[in-house]
Amino acid sequence: MGVEGIGARVARKEDKRFLTGKGRYTDDMSVPGMKYAIFVRSPYAHAKIRSIDATAAKAMPGVVGVLDGKQLLADGIGNLICGWMIHSKDGSPMKMGAWRPLAHETVRYVGDAVAIVVADSIAEAKDAAEAVVVDYQELPVVTDATKALEQGQPQLHPEAPNNLIFDWQIGDPAATDKAIAAAAHVTEITIHNNRLSPNPMEPRATLGIYDGGDEHYTCYTTSQNPHVARLVMSAFYNVAPENKLRVIAPDVGGGFGSKIYIYPEEIVCLWASKRTGVPVKWTSDRTEAFLTDAHGRDHLSKVKMAFDANNRIIGLKVDTVANLGAYMSLFSSAVPTYLYATLLSGQYDIPAIHANVRTVYTNTAPVDAYRGAGRPEATYLLERTMETAARELGVSPAELRRINFIRSFPHQTPVIMNYDAGDYDASLDAAMQASDWNGFAARKAEAARRGMKRGIGMSCYIEACGIAPSAAVGSLGAGVGLWESAEVRVNAVGTIEVLTGSHSHGQGHETTFAQLVADRFGVPIDSVNIVHGDTDKVQMGMGTYGSRSGAVGMSAVVKALDKVEAKAKKIAAHLMEADESDIVIENGELKVAGTDKTVPWFQMALAAYTAHNLPPGMEPGLKEGAFYDPANFTFPAGCYICEVEVDPETGVTKIIQFVAADDFGNIINPMIVEGQVHGGLAQGIGQALLENVHYDPENGQLLTASYMDYAMPRADDLPSFKVSTSNTPCPNNPLGIKGCGEAGAIGSPPALINAITDAIGNNRLTMPATPQKVWAAAHAAN
Amino acid sequence: MAKITMTVNGRQVSGQCDDRTLLVHFIRENLGLTGTHVGCDTSQCGACVVHMDGRSMKSCSTLAAQAAGSDITTIEGLAANGELHPVQAAFKANHGLQCGFCTPGMVMTAVDMIRRHSGHLDEATVRAELEGNICRCTGYHNIVKSILAAAAEMGGARVAAE
Repeated sequence: MGVEGIGARVARKEDKRFLTGKGRYTDDMSVPGMKYAIFVRSPYAHAKIRSIDATAAKAMPGVVGVLDGKQLLADGIGNLICGWMIHSKDGSPMKMGAWRPLAHETVRYVGDAVAIVVADSIAEAKDAAEAVVVDYQELPVVTDATKALEQGQPQLHPEAPNNLIFDWQIGDPAATDKAIAAAAHVTEITIHNNRLSPNPMEPRATLGIYDGGDEHYTCYTTSQNPHVARLVMSAFYNVAPENKLRVIAPDVGGGFGSKIYIYPEEIVCLWASKRTGVPVKWTSDRTEAFLTDAHGRDHLSKVKMAFDANNRIIGLKVDTVANLGAYMSLFSSAVPTYLYATLLSGQYDIPAIHANVRTVYTNTAPVDAYRGAGRPEATYLLERTMETAARELGVSPAELRRINFIRSFPHQTPVIMNYDAGDYDASLDAAMQASDWNGFAARKAEAARRGMKRGIGMSCYIEACGIAPSAAVGSLGAGVGLWESAEVRVNAVGTIEVLTGSHSHGQGHETTFAQLVADRFGVPIDSVNIVHGDTDKVQMGMGTYGSRSGAVGMSAVVKALDKVEAKAKKIAAHLMEADESDIVIENGELKVAGTDKTVPWFQMALAAYTAHNLPPGMEPGLKEGAFYDPANFTFPAGCYICEVEVDPETGVTKIIQFVAADDFGNIINPMIVEGQVHGGLAQGIGQALLENVHYDPENGQLLTASYMDYAMPRADDLPSFKVSTSNTPCPNNPLGIKGCGEAGAIGSPPALINAITDAIGNNRLTMPATPQKVWAAAHAAN
Repeated sequence: MAKITMTVNGRQVSGQCDDRTLLVHFIRENLGLTGTHVGCDTSQCGACVVHMDGRSMKSCSTLAAQAAGSDITTIEGLAANGELHPVQAAFKANHGLQCGFCTPGMVMTAVDMIRRHSGHLDEATVRAELEGNICRCTGYHNIVKSILAAAAEMGGARVAAE
């Protein structure tokens, strides 16, 4: 490992611009003639639109135009779609209702956009938006998914009777029922996974620019995957042909899944720019973000876990209802199916699993992937069930897990996944040691003397990253391939540009991707630039989500580096009249092994471009591209332990310590990996203790639409974390890396809830474990 | 319309804006200093923190007109002569930022926090004082570490100077 190579704790190249106010986010962009957009949004959760009258609004000062859904329809702009086809167990395709970018007939959740106002200033646009008169006929509302499935409830889409989108299953129902019937013990539990708002600190924004001269569109947007945005807006939404649409996602202030999707606003601002003849910028305010950014989670599951007399799991049955909100967002169908139920084997050897999942329309914001996406739901369900079972069986939680750990790889689960590598004992041992698990009894006794209830809980998670290979996800219903592409461009002076289809919005790619190059060629990372986020610069890409940038994006870079290295060696061998198999690259030089002959890296690069003395037949230049399609998912895993103290007088939970022991395979930059874990833990702890999206069930109003009502974790809600890693390299990609972006959010909620229920001696507790709920549970008879 | 003159990052600036214009929008739109961010509508997130007359404040909670005549420092004005301020340097050294959006507000808050406590900070105090700044990326772990490191360095420098 060099000082800047793979495994080095390198400070980030991108930090200086963020620290000095030079970051360039979408809302920072301005172009000549630019105007500002405000969306008129439905104040009702369900209503028919009788009419829209913009006469008064159009006459307001500064107003450039007011456009509505009928005009959008007339111009042929298409419906928003869900890109992953799921079939119900009866073979029927999922029932996708129409999602118009601007509703013109029916609104289905509070915040549904109905018109766009474009004006000289935001203030004037806001004033005019208030003057747009929309005549609504209110309809009855349903926000709860289980209730929405009942007879006689409000119907959201004619395509989906009883609001049922699909009724899907995975695994073997007969074998699972048989195992449960034959079990020595069955643990039964109902698990609620609360609805969350992703809340990247940068609100969504977009700037749509139509150039009438070239009939060309440019879209600045807060996207995790600008190429996917371009593809979808071209192929499905009819905004512009792909060659006439440039999508730029500049600096993006966090995503956590919520910026994967193509939302109505990007589409409408591009269209409005053509309609009004001016560039149109829209920036979400925080309340709009709560109302319209895709939410996460919102599952209700009934679980039965069957054990034999030796405490081995012999069967797992899960029945889940997942709330997908008012419309099917881009990947919404994949989250509660192939990103969720395929992980229900956890770290355990379970011979029979059956999961049934019903997804449901309700009058709430669309629900899609949020950090972890399905895997947190699976882990919370499994790890709370394991903890409950351990208590019922009178076995220690660590022992019950060890009895059931998978120890032989590859391991085929009954729910599609084939785990390639792992060592679950290693992370459990590391976490127990770091938390001084064995000393807990003494700490509990000490706390009790102070009148406090101390508890400890663990969670052993597994996740699947990289979401691939393309052929496999295609066979499961994905509408796109999930490869990644890269291009490595060596300039004539030897500096290097890496163009990647991955997108960094906090992950530090400008540093870690450069570390790959430094490691390979021994050049300083300052001579390497990472280019991303612009469809006119980067050839193709699938973007960043599902912890795929390392396992998939970097693997594409490695493939391109292989090609560059091979050509560089040929050139160097020719220059030094040596055999190319004797050339080694070290410290920025190409050497003939065993001799003192060297060619500096820059000189080889210059030779590639002067082309005065290249091997016969070789093309000039040194620039190579590659696409990489993984052979399998990757399987990060780990063990988290949380210790809490609950004040029985107030119900307030204090986290005493939080330990994370992860196996991410090989690591490019440990400092950045630790940062990813910290952030994930905070989001998971936020889910478990603080956060909840709450709709009024009577009228569908969002009651948690600001930071005054939605409890975002603050610094004093959290402890400093103890993190460590162990390493079983991933055998299926060239770097042996697994991905680390989501683990913290996946593994932490059950560890925390298991700790609280341990402290209060009552297992009936739902997230978020607010002081009120914890107090009530602590004082209820168990 | 209000005509406003103030000092921003050591330079006198004037501009005309609607009476209802917030200071943060004046800084971003009129002055083109886009390092100061807007992350919420309710004065909770702290992405807009600047210094007014040497004290940190949320520029989303002040009208531009109220800031007339004052001395404002934004994130763009913190690094002197191209050298990162010790707080900026500590955030870089300790990986105290990820997406960078909350970072300007965090740094401006931290500089004032260290000043008010004369560099004598502990973890609990830092966490309590960050109540008005929200970060979604870092879990605050490395932000707290960065501020403590900067406080130690600046406090150490101050002691050495004394």
